[in-house]
Amino acid sequence: MDITLQVNGVSRAVDVDPRMSLLDLLRERLALIGPKKGCDHGQCGACTVLIDGRRANSCLALAVAMDGSEIVTVEGLAEGEALHPLQAAFIEHDAFQCGYCTPGQLCSAAGMLGEPGPSAVTEDLRADPELTPAEIRERMSGNLCRCGAYPNIVTAIAEVAP
Amino acid sequence: MKQFEYARAASPADAVRRFEPGTMYLGGGTNLVDLMRLGVAQPDRLVDVSHLPLDAIEQDGDRLRIGAAVRNTDLAAHPLVRVRYPMLARAVLAGASGQVRNMATIGGNLLQRTRCGYYQDVTRPCNKRRPGSGCPAIEGDHGNLAILGASDSCVATHPSDMAVALAALGAEVHVTGPGGDRVIPMPGLHRLPGDTPERDTVLEPGDLITAVELPAPPPGPSIYRKVRERASFAFALVSIAAALDLRDGVVRDCRIALGGVAHVPWRAERAEQALIGGQATGEAFLAAAEAELELARPLPRNAFKVPLARNLIVRTLEELAS
Repeated sequence: MDITLQVNGVSRAVDVDPRMSLLDLLRERLALIGPKKGCDHGQCGACTVLIDGRRANSCLALAVAMDGSEIVTVEGLAEGEALHPLQAAFIEHDAFQCGYCTPGQLCSAAGMLGEPGPSAVTEDLRADPELTPAEIRERMSGNLCRCGAYPNIVTAIAEVAP
Repeated sequence: MKQFEYARAASPADAVRRFEPGTMYLGGGTNLVDLMRLGVAQPDRLVDVSHLPLDAIEQDGDRLRIGAAVRNTDLAAHPLVRVRYPMLARAVLAGASGQVRNMATIGGNLLQRTRCGYYQDVTRPCNKRRPGSGCPAIEGDHGNLAILGASDSCVATHPSDMAVALAALGAEVHVTGPGGDRVIPMPGLHRLPGDTPERDTVLEPGDLITAVELPAPPPGPSIYRKVRERASFAFALVSIAAALDLRDGVVRDCRIALGGVAHVPWRAERAEQALIGGQATGEAFLAAAEAELELARPLPRNAFKVPLARNLIVRTLEELAS
């Protein structure tokens, strides 16, 4: 089926099998191998990208259902040579070991910082809470890191959080 | 994954018109796409309803109407939901991850399938997936399966947190389908397994959820509490949505629904009836919890859920009463 997507600001027209996930489209057809196939079940977060500005598991999205969407992968976070503040903070705080989960962590954090409202650990539902380390951990629970780099990931995100 | 046709519905009526045997509606896809990849779901055709204009949350007097395509994130973040229906906001926030909540729709949340490991494993028998093939969970790994309302055919649990709050709130599920439009009050959408566990709900083929309507919130404070094996991104062992309205220490109204314990979001009517009109004491809360859990028929490896549910009910009511 013919679909058209904006991927990292570029319009891409592709003919896809209805069974193809957005993740496979990005990796296998568009050569964007930043998003990783970790579990392929929406449980690890390594495939996280932004769909119309919101973080999502690209392994659970059918490419055909994304026709007309705007996709941003980790390759699209930087502006030219200028790193996204989250990328700079991850380097500054050594927020990785093997790096496999990092593209998903970065896209998830970028989406998370734009999400309004409370989380499961917010005391007062009426207030938009400050992004404390506890808030960041809860909001990032959809991204697993087998190396256990969580402390530095939280520190890096906290530095960029408003 | 099996080959299938894909079409995007232009309207709810168009979706229903496109429905034929072998069709499934596609919402956010967070459960369905996974089940298709596992070979558990094998639709011939997907009709995508995630782009339908059913994505509004509208106030209607003291009621709130939530479109079926509203994303879980947007429901939990909505100011009126946070202020007037805190148990619902808390239940939604307790489920899944940020990424999944961004994708998953309200209609799809209600219709997600059990996470019973045998249901998800096509190499094993399962009466829900292949009627008549048997239930290995009863003799096998049922540690997180049902203690209430299960049958000899199926001990699966419904995984949704949101549905538990909707059951306690008495939400109304609006449905359109080949047989016309109708309204199903929660917890009546879901059904106990009996000897037909392949049916999770009372919906008929081609039925499409278009909205969930919330009545005025119950009086008094309300809350959602979830006990699980890790602090985030895990399904409930036992969860509770509860509201308690007291005057002079007497229970005027109360709502209790349990999650993680049954094939349905379990409205604890026995406990509610035991409490209404009586003194709000710790002893009364315990007696109410025990009245409800007299119905429990646990299996060897999920018997821990009975005291867990009892303690969760008592502690939650005590918290609401203080």
